[in-house]
Amino acid sequence: MKSADPLLVVEHLRVEFPTRRGTLTAVDDVSLSIAAGEVLGVVGESGAGKSLTGAAIIGLIDPPGRIAGGEIRLAGRRIDNLPQEALRRIRGREIGAVFQDPLTSLNPLYTVGRQLVETITTHLDLGQKAARDRALSLLNEVGISAPERRIDHYPHQFSGGMRQRVVIALALAAKPKLIIADEPTTALDVSIQAQIIALLKRLCRDHDTAVMLITHDMGVIAETADRVAVMYAGRVAEIGPVADVIHRPQHPYTAGLMGSIPSIVAEREELAQIDGTMPRLTAIPSGCAFNPRCPQVFDRCRRERPDLLPAGSTLAACWLHACDVVPVP
Amino acid sequence: MSDSTGSLERAASLPLVELIDVARYFDVSAPWLNRVIERKPRQILRAVDGVSFAIERGETLGLVGESGCGKSTVARLIVGLYRPTRGEIRYAGRLVDFADPELALRRTMQMIFQDPYASLNPRWRVKDIVAEPIRAHGLAQTPAVLAAKVVALLEQVGLAGADGAKYPHQFSGGQRQRISIARALATDPAFLICDEPTSALDVSVQAQVLNLMRRLQHELGLTYLFISHNLAVVHHIADRVGVMYLGRVVEFARTRQLFTSPQHPYTRMLLAAVPDLAMTGVPRTAVGGEVPNPLDPPTGCAFHPRCPYANQRCRRETPLLKTVPLAEPGTGQVACHAVEEGRLAPVALALP
Repeated sequence: MKSADPLLVVEHLRVEFPTRRGTLTAVDDVSLSIAAGEVLGVVGESGAGKSLTGAAIIGLIDPPGRIAGGEIRLAGRRIDNLPQEALRRIRGREIGAVFQDPLTSLNPLYTVGRQLVETITTHLDLGQKAARDRALSLLNEVGISAPERRIDHYPHQFSGGMRQRVVIALALAAKPKLIIADEPTTALDVSIQAQIIALLKRLCRDHDTAVMLITHDMGVIAETADRVAVMYAGRVAEIGPVADVIHRPQHPYTAGLMGSIPSIVAEREELAQIDGTMPRLTAIPSGCAFNPRCPQVFDRCRRERPDLLPAGSTLAACWLHACDVVPVP
Repeated sequence: MSDSTGSLERAASLPLVELIDVARYFDVSAPWLNRVIERKPRQILRAVDGVSFAIERGETLGLVGESGCGKSTVARLIVGLYRPTRGEIRYAGRLVDFADPELALRRTMQMIFQDPYASLNPRWRVKDIVAEPIRAHGLAQTPAVLAAKVVALLEQVGLAGADGAKYPHQFSGGQRQRISIARALATDPAFLICDEPTSALDVSVQAQVLNLMRRLQHELGLTYLFISHNLAVVHHIADRVGVMYLGRVVEFARTRQLFTSPQHPYTRMLLAAVPDLAMTGVPRTAVGGEVPNPLDPPTGCAFHPRCPYANQRCRRETPLLKTVPLAEPGTGQVACHAVEEGRLAPVALALP
């Protein structure tokens, strides 16, 4: 399933937050990979660790949080242990980022042109004039009409959807190989959301850019991603091709999650319901973290924590699939 | 229900809630001095501009639309948090006059808000939060009756009676929304206005709350006005749906009809824009344009700048909500010149 030479490899990533009452593990033993040009969806509910996984990859974990274990490799080069200065050069140049709220990702005091030119000249060897030309072509590419006029506008003069387009232009400014998009459409209305998703998909296809699309909206994942990782309580519960995870989920959590999403096509009297809520980081149950809510729980789930096991065409961290006993390396 | 609502029950044949040409304008002009010195004009925001609909007893009416379309203003008008600029609101056949401090009516209408973190007082224990409306309306004679009622309410929404002693911060988002629902039910209301009740919740918790709301509707015979920007949630919970755009209702239909044969170009666009699990890998037709500035709405039909079917008449004349036959048996109401003139043929979406 993994391509021969993935662009990004995350292995056994662990993110910890030391607190006065002990260390909280927010991301625990997460392994995933993204091939060049691939869109990997990462879904999960609030607190599942999906945003932190993204933040760890671009080295934006706020202290006291820290990467406590594992490896992150971008194009074969290890990036999780780089000094700040080297990381700063990777951010923007090799990994772009699009965050949820476009108003907070843009500086309100600078025109969008100045922000674009600054990003371009920081990472690419271009003069002011060439950088401004590139900024104009980027704005044009993300669908902002009359870029010659709009380039000198401030962020507040753009609507929410247009701002997110500017943020995407910023993320693409230095031609990165990977974009981390953390809830890029959550703050937008549904008609604008469709535009932004279509734009992101088209641009990444045109530039062969890989995307890690972090969202809680399974619908967005369904139509955008190639593969999807479902996270629960800091771990990957299931990972596989998007159609298989959605239509033939192998982990009971994934199955419950899919059943609980209302649809505009299917008519259901009652939504599938997973009782309870995701555990807090201070009280992760022993064994499989999902065991107190799992309808198919058995003895082993309470004792031992499952690794990702082959299950159908996906990998699922669930003992139900342990018949062959040999865990994947 | 107690005897004070008896007159309401006698009017059982009437719709429970009726809005007749309701409008609400907000004056968002610059201060007087600025207007005089800088010659700025008065600015009126027409948040809701001529909305009429009726909600039958026991049904769930869904109201959908994008941000700024006026759906939350409609909710606030019905509960009396805003006074209408024009038009009238009838409850069980009687004109609602919010200047009248008649509590019996307020008791039968309750509201559930979007953010369960903001709508519960963090300094109050849950039992006091739930008991407040009962006390305010004098519905419990003794403290023991009150305490028993609070426990019953908490259990009704799937919490434990002992949870009453806790504070809101000790609960998760979904549990807080259950507390909000328990408080809304405390006065035995007939009508609940739910303004984006699940938008702040994760999907698995959203499913719990939606299932709970359905169960309560069956058990207590409640009538809901359910406001959401999420079409899938409205499709799941509503019996009839109204679609709003820039302060007006552009389409009304039974839920099934609206989702299988949408009429108004805006409704068609919205449905095409919703990502759905069933459509894995299917590219959506992205729609151009954005919602116009409500301070400066387009002339004629407010949707015409984004509408592929717009013509001269659409730019000039505001369409009214009219009953039209649908592709499926039945009728719906649509405010669109193109549909009315037959330029836009009814569709039946081929859905699995």
